Amino acid sequence: MIDFQQMVRERLRDIGLSPVREAEIVDEVAQHLRDRYESHMSNGASPQEAERQIVAELNEHVLARELRDIERRWSEPVTLGAERPDFWSGLWQDVRYGARVLRLNPGFAAVCVLSLALGVGANTAIFQLIDAVRMRTLPVKDPQELAVIRPDVNARAGRVHGYLPLVTNAMWEQIRARQQGFTGVFAFGYESLNLATGGQERDAHAMWVSGEFFDVLGVQPVLGRVFHREDDHAGCGTPGAVLNYRFWQREYGREANVVGKTVTLEGHAVPIVGVTAASFTGITPGNGFDVALLVCSEPVFEPAPSLYTLPQGWWLAVMGRLKPGWTLERASAQLESISAGIMEETLPPAYQEDNRKKYLSQKLDAYPGATGLSNLRRQYESPLWLLLGIAGLVLVIACANLANLLLARASAREKEIAVRLALGAARGRVVRQLLTESLLLATAGAALGIVLARVLSAALVRYLTTQSGTMFLELGMDWRVLGFTAGLAVLTCVLFGLAPALKATSAAPAAIVSLAGRGLTATRERFSLRRGLVVIQVSLSLVLLVGAVLFVRSLRNILTLDAGFQRDGMVVVDIGYAGLNLPPERRVAFRELLLERVRALPEVTGAADTSIVPVRGFGWQNDVVVGGKESDTFVLESNISPGYFRTTGTPILLGRDFDERDNRQSPKVAIVNEETVKKLFGGDALGKTFQIAADRGEKRYNFQIVGVVRNTKYYDLRENFQPIAFYPEAQDDNPDAETQMMVRSDLDLVAVINEVKAAIAQVDSGISVDFHAYDQQIIKDGLLRERLLATLSSFFGLLAAVLATVGLYGVIAYMVARRTNEIGIRMALGASPRQILAMVVGEAGSLLIVGVMIGTVLAVAAGKSAATLLYGLKPYDPLTLVLAAAGLGAVAIAASLLPARRAAKLEPMVALRDE
Amino acid sequence: MFITYMTKAMDVRSSVFDRELKKGSAELLILSLLEVRARHGYEISQLIEQHSEGTLKFNVASFYPLLYRLEKRRWIEGRWVEKAGQRRRRYYRLTASGKKMLKEQRRTWAEFVEAMRRITGVGQRA
Repeated sequence: MIDFQQMVRERLRDIGLSPVREAEIVDEVAQHLRDRYESHMSNGASPQEAERQIVAELNEHVLARELRDIERRWSEPVTLGAERPDFWSGLWQDVRYGARVLRLNPGFAAVCVLSLALGVGANTAIFQLIDAVRMRTLPVKDPQELAVIRPDVNARAGRVHGYLPLVTNAMWEQIRARQQGFTGVFAFGYESLNLATGGQERDAHAMWVSGEFFDVLGVQPVLGRVFHREDDHAGCGTPGAVLNYRFWQREYGREANVVGKTVTLEGHAVPIVGVTAASFTGITPGNGFDVALLVCSEPVFEPAPSLYTLPQGWWLAVMGRLKPGWTLERASAQLESISAGIMEETLPPAYQEDNRKKYLSQKLDAYPGATGLSNLRRQYESPLWLLLGIAGLVLVIACANLANLLLARASAREKEIAVRLALGAARGRVVRQLLTESLLLATAGAALGIVLARVLSAALVRYLTTQSGTMFLELGMDWRVLGFTAGLAVLTCVLFGLAPALKATSAAPAAIVSLAGRGLTATRERFSLRRGLVVIQVSLSLVLLVGAVLFVRSLRNILTLDAGFQRDGMVVVDIGYAGLNLPPERRVAFRELLLERVRALPEVTGAADTSIVPVRGFGWQNDVVVGGKESDTFVLESNISPGYFRTTGTPILLGRDFDERDNRQSPKVAIVNEETVKKLFGGDALGKTFQIAADRGEKRYNFQIVGVVRNTKYYDLRENFQPIAFYPEAQDDNPDAETQMMVRSDLDLVAVINEVKAAIAQVDSGISVDFHAYDQQIIKDGLLRERLLATLSSFFGLLAAVLATVGLYGVIAYMVARRTNEIGIRMALGASPRQILAMVVGEAGSLLIVGVMIGTVLAVAAGKSAATLLYGLKPYDPLTLVLAAAGLGAVAIAASLLPARRAAKLEPMVALRDE
Repeated sequence: MFITYMTKAMDVRSSVFDRELKKGSAELLILSLLEVRARHGYEISQLIEQHSEGTLKFNVASFYPLLYRLEKRRWIEGRWVEKAGQRRRRYYRLTASGKKMLKEQRRTWAEFVEAMRRITGVGQRA
C-alpha cells in the first residue's frame, strides 16, 4: 500500500509549519489522495497507473508554494497580547538578554569595549580635527553667503607679510570701490604685537581689520562697540582696539568696565573700545585673534615704509558677503571684468618688467568662504585624511579581532544556539539576538570612544601648538562628529558581529547537538573564516607598519640630514628695541654693544646677529645681476654680524669672515655659499662682484665676494640647497630696531638664557627679548607635520601589529584546543613533539606568509598616496618593506610558539580523553 | 481583467475555462456547494467534477490551499468529524461572512455573464 501521508509530508517539509498544523494537513490531503486512488482503481486503472495519476496530481512544488503564502509559519515568535509580531517585538528582551550575557563575561566585554573605544576614539579625534579645520562653517550669520576674493595667480613680489598675504592695501581699496556683487566686502590681516613693555616678550595675536569687517560678518559686541566703515581712513592713528572675548577673559578677568582702558601693544597705549561676543572666534580656523585693530592703524606700529602705504606690501586678505540673487560665478565674472582696471591702477611703480607683466595679468575671482580661510588646511589636510585612513584601518583590524573573539565564543555557544534552533527559534531571530549583543558592545565602545576622542583631540591640538604659533581650534562635538561616531559604531557592529552570527546559526542543529566533541578532527573548513580574518589582520597591519616605518625614517632623514650648520647648543634671541627710539645710524653700534655683553658671558662660546634665522620659515630674496646681465637665478639673502659662521658652525671654505673693515664707508662685500658659486660663477668666485636687481629708480650696488661658505638650508630643512648671499649688517643702510641673536654654549641652555636675559636687561630694561632653543623649538616646530605623522602612524602601526598578533595567537590557540584529540592521535601514532610543534607553527606561518604577501601589495599601492609626505624615501622602499614584514613576522611567530609548545607538551592519553 | 478573460475565451474555445478563469470562479463554486450543507474536501472536488461533466477539475495540490485560503478569510470553517465505520474527515461549512461573500460573488458573476451574453450572443435563446 502506498504511504500517502509520507507522500504529503515530504512536500511540506520546507515550509516550517507547526507540527500540529502539519499533521492536520497531512491527514486531510492524504485522505483525499486515498479516496482518489480508490476511485481510479474502481474505474479499472492498474495500481501503477493509479499511483502515477496521484503523483501527477500532487504536482511537486505547487502545494508547498501555495501553502507557504497562506499558512503562518510556526517558528515566528508570537508575542501574546500583541496585534501581530513585527521586527521590533522582543527587541527590549534581546537587549536585556544581551546585557546579561555580557555581564556574565566581564573579561570578554571589557576587551571588546576597550579595543573598540580605542579604534572609535582615534577615528573620532582625527575626524574632529578634520571637521574643525575643513568642514565647520564660520561662527557668523549666514556663512554660506561669504566669499573669498583673491587674485588667481601668485604675482607677489616686494614685502610679503603675515599669515594670509593675498592682496596689497591699494588693491583692497580698489576692490571695495569697484565691486558690485557683494553687499559688503572687508579686508583683514594678521600680526604679532608685543604686550610687554620690556624684558620677556609676550605676543598678542593682532588682527588688522577694515572698518566693514564686523558689520559685514554681523558680529556684535558684548561690551562697548565694534568698528564701522567711518572709523577706517588714512591717518586714523590708533582710535581703538576691539578685544576677543577670550582675551578679555584671560587678560582682564572679564572686567566690566574695560572699555576706555588701554591695551599696550609694542609700547603704544591703544584705547579699548569693545569686546566681541564669545561665539565669535575669528575667521581663520587655526589662527584666532586676541585684539582687532583697524587696517589704518598699521603705520603707527610699522614706521616708514608701512605696509599700509607700500604699493608692493602684500599683507591683507579680502572677503565679502554676496548680494541676494548673486552667485559666486556671477560675482567672479564681475570681479574679472574690473581686474584689469584695478591692476593698472595699483601697479607698484618699483616693479621691474617681469613682475609688471605678472602683476597686470592677475584676475580677481570669488571662492566659497563659508568655512573661512586657513593655511592649516593646506598644511594639514592631506596628513589628517591619511591619518584618518590609518585610524580606520586600525578600527578594521580591531573589528576583525572582535569577530574572531565572537567566533570563538559562538563555537563555545553553538550548543546553546543549536538547542534554541531545534526548539524552533527562527534563524533570523537568533541572528538578531547575537547582533544585539554586538550592538551593545559597539555602543559601549563608541560611548567610551567619544570620551577618549575628547582627550585625544585636545592632546593633538596641544601637540600642534608650538611656542611660536598657538593653534586656535574649536573642537566641539557637532552633528557631523556625532554622526560620524554613530556611523562608526553601527559599521563596526556589522563588521564584527554579522559574520559570527550568521556562522553560528548556519550549522544544522542536529549535527551540533549530536556532536559530543569526541573523536573528531576539526576540519580546515571549520576555521576558514577565522583564518581569513587573521590574514586580513596581518596584511592590514603590515600596511600600517610599513607606513609607520616610512614616516619615521622620513623624519629621521630630515632630522639627520646635513643642514650645513650645527643645530644643537644654540639659542635664538629675538631682540626688540623700538622703545628706545634709537636713530637708524646708531642701531648697528647698539647691536654690537649687546653682542659684546653677551659674548663676555663665561657660558657663551659664540654669539652673532642675523636678520634671517635658518629654517625658521622666513626669508628674503632678490634677482642677481652678474657682469651687467640679469641672471635667471635669484639669491636668498641675510644680514649677519661678524662671527656668525663660527657661532652656527658653518665652515668658511675660502676667503674670510666679515670684520671691522666692513662698515658703512667701505665698499660693499658679501660672503656666498657653494651653490651661489656653482650657479652664478661656475668656478672661482672669490674677489668677483655681482649686483642685486634693485627696484626701478634705485641704485644698484656692487658686492665683492670676500668669502665662500658651505651650503646651508635656508627656509626649510626639506628644500635643496639654494644660492645664498650674506651681507655684513654694518653695511645695512636702514637697520631695523630689532634683530635676532644666535648664541652658542656648551652648557645647559636654560642657564644660558637666564644669563643672557640679565646681561641684556643691564644694558637697558626697555629692550624686549624672546628666547627659543634652536634645535628644540625652531627646528622641531618646523617639522610638526612630519613628527605628527611619524608619531601617530607609529602608534597606530604598533597597535595594529599588537592586535594582529593577538588575533593570530587566538586562532592558533583555538585551533590547538579544538584539535587536541587529533594531536593525541598523532602522538599515539608516533609523532614527536618537534613534529607537532612544526605542524602548529607551520599553520601560523602559512597564515602569516599569505597575509604578508597581500599586505606587501597593499602597502606599495597605499604608499603612493603618501609619496608627497615623504622625504628622501620612495614609497616602495624595499628596506622598509623588509623591516616591517620581518618585525611583524618575528612577533607573530613568537606568539604562535606559545600554543605550539603547549600542543607539543600534551600527554597523548590526556589528549585522547579530552572532551 | 475582463479583456483578459475575453481574449483568452475567444482564442481557445476548447479551454474556455482556462486557469485564470478557474481561479477566479473556483471560490464561487466552493462557496455555492457549501451553501446547502457542510461537505468534506473530497466531496467538494467530486461534486464540481461531476456537475460540470468533467469540464472543471481541481488538482489536489491547488485545491486544498484554496480551501485553506477561504478558511483563513473566515468565509468557511472546517471541523473534524468522526462517524462510526467511516474515516475521520474534515467538514467545511459556510460562515455568515461566507454567505455574504457568496451573494456578492453571485451578483458580480451574473453581471459578467450578462455582459458576455450581450456582446457575444453566447447563451441566447434562439
